[in-house]
Amino acid sequence: MTGVDSLLNSLVAALLLVNLVALGSSRIATVVRAVAVQGVILGFLAVAAHGGVSNRVLTLAAASAVLKGWLIPVILFRALRQVAIKREVEPSLGLLPSLLVGAIATVLAVVATGRLPLAETRLAPLLVPASLATVAAGFILLTTRRKAISQVLGFLVLENGIFVFGLLLVEAMPFLVEIGVLLDLFVGIFVLSIIIHHINREFASLDTRRLSLLKE
Amino acid sequence: MALAAILLPLAMAVVVFFTPSKRWRPRLLAATAVAHFALTVATLAAPAEAGAGQWLRLDAPGRLLLGLVSLLFLCCAIYSVGYLRYRMERANRRFCACLLAVLGTMSLVAFAQHLGLLWVAVEATTLATAPLIYFNRTPRSIEATWKYLVISSIGIALALFGSFFVGYAALSGGGEASLLFPDLLAGAATLSKPWLRAGFALLLIGYGTKLGLAPMHTWKPDAYGEAPGVVGAVLAGGLTSCAFLALLRLTQITAAAGEGAFAGRLLVGIGIVSMAVAGALLLGQRDLKRMLAYSSVEQMGILALAAGLGAGATFAALLHLVNNALGKGVMFLAVGNVHRAYGGKTTAEVRGALQRLPLSGTLVLLGLFAVTGSPPFGPFVSELLILSAIFDAGRWLVGGLFLALLLLVFAGMGATALAALQGRAPAGSWRSEYRERAATVLPALGLLALVLLFGVHLPEPVRALIADAAAALEVGR
Repeated sequence: MTGVDSLLNSLVAALLLVNLVALGSSRIATVVRAVAVQGVILGFLAVAAHGGVSNRVLTLAAASAVLKGWLIPVILFRALRQVAIKREVEPSLGLLPSLLVGAIATVLAVVATGRLPLAETRLAPLLVPASLATVAAGFILLTTRRKAISQVLGFLVLENGIFVFGLLLVEAMPFLVEIGVLLDLFVGIFVLSIIIHHINREFASLDTRRLSLLKE
Repeated sequence: MALAAILLPLAMAVVVFFTPSKRWRPRLLAATAVAHFALTVATLAAPAEAGAGQWLRLDAPGRLLLGLVSLLFLCCAIYSVGYLRYRMERANRRFCACLLAVLGTMSLVAFAQHLGLLWVAVEATTLATAPLIYFNRTPRSIEATWKYLVISSIGIALALFGSFFVGYAALSGGGEASLLFPDLLAGAATLSKPWLRAGFALLLIGYGTKLGLAPMHTWKPDAYGEAPGVVGAVLAGGLTSCAFLALLRLTQITAAAGEGAFAGRLLVGIGIVSMAVAGALLLGQRDLKRMLAYSSVEQMGILALAAGLGAGATFAALLHLVNNALGKGVMFLAVGNVHRAYGGKTTAEVRGALQRLPLSGTLVLLGLFAVTGSPPFGPFVSELLILSAIFDAGRWLVGGLFLALLLLVFAGMGATALAALQGRAPAGSWRSEYRERAATVLPALGLLALVLLFGVHLPEPVRALIADAAAALEVGR
């Protein structure tokens, strides 16, 4: 195993570990930090996966790390301060069960990858299960957390999982499209944080169960 | 020059945002829409494909979408001038700027030849419409915006995942990793089947969420219900058409790879389910705008069904796409006027709309006949074409369900709309400041005239536009 490959292995392991931290933390601030760390890991992963020689990959990795590791967490921490809510995540599924489901999903991701035809044997056997497991962790966060801001965090983890898969397709994605994806993500989080502010003002809570004015 | 259709509205969105005058912003909006429409007509009149580079090219389906979107937006922009005159108490800076941004991003969808770029454009339309839904700043509209953004964002994220899967299908099949539609189509035979199937399923869920296919439709009644009528028209006629074109392109690639039967089963299934869910929720519906939202769910179901029938039904599907966009434009603009006049949109508040608003009330009535597929309007013809494609394929059960569900929807919508239109208008409704004026009535009337024309006699340039798009989408199937 070469140095780059062992670095890749460690980065993927770190990525999966952060998923579990995000699933198992009781404080929202911890989850925001975990997602920020995951954003930075993704930047390193992009460089490690593609040798780090091309300017294109370096720019993309840097842009992604700055956006996900710094800018988005800053927006989320500001939203958190403004709304001054209780800082617990208040999951509808307990932390331990969600951790367990997350771990099972990771194992299933590895099993599923074994059944799919892979184009090459260096990156894909690592990145495909990592991507599937991260998407699953994002889904668990999205469906089992009640606070609006926790759902945004779940969406970010989901997006991170998709980004990992995108690393397999760097050749097929024009640079501008990659930047467009990041820009859409940034604007999306920005708009969501504004809406969160308004939800808190109108409903005096960030509990999405209170969003029940509209129904048949 | 070729990309002016994209860049002009985006540049004007910035200009409008920094325009200090509340009265001038809607006028700039309308002027931009007129310029965009003129530009589109000029582009469509020229025979050559317009574009820049490989990723941005206006092919035949793109031409159809651009024409449709530009026409619908023109009517909505003119309507907005009249509408915003009644809403001078509200800041309209974001409203006008975001509407223009939506036009720019919808045009980008028409030009996109790359699966990733298409995704960026569709996601951008979602983000640009969120502040529009939130125009009224009520708790209800905040809730609707939140649901719209979260559900659409998750859906569209899955569409990106699916796009990557399709790209990986090319790589895994031994081909070159490319997400350009012409490349994917040319190399369709070598696409890896398991990745393609998984990718198509994810893309159907993803773009299906944008379309509002059941069971991913839950955001739709809330968003359409709380947004101003003109925004509903842009959402139900414009954004859905963009997402449907994306779905058609992917169906074409999947079919070219020999997985057409798989894609068809999924599309027909989800189409019937959407029609059934919409039909059930339309019965006893009391809210006019939510009624239109469920009608849109039903129409998207019809479109998905038509897309799943195979190559022969592509013309019918595209014709229905055009008819649906125009019909929904009529309904949302006219119901928007009703909402203004009554200060409410449920049958508890709205009574005797034909008496209070003779013009808008008549438009709602005729629009109702149009969108439910009654002759002599356009949707009748396109639904008949879809039905005959179903029977040509020998799918009697699907055909029977299709007819039964159309009747159910007609009954549900008819009961709701007639309750609002008939009877005596309550005295209070006459005190509202809304009066029927050219700017708020003529755009809906123009759209209705087109729906009628397309039902009686499809003009040759329009027929050619649709036929070319259908032919391009049938290559390889």
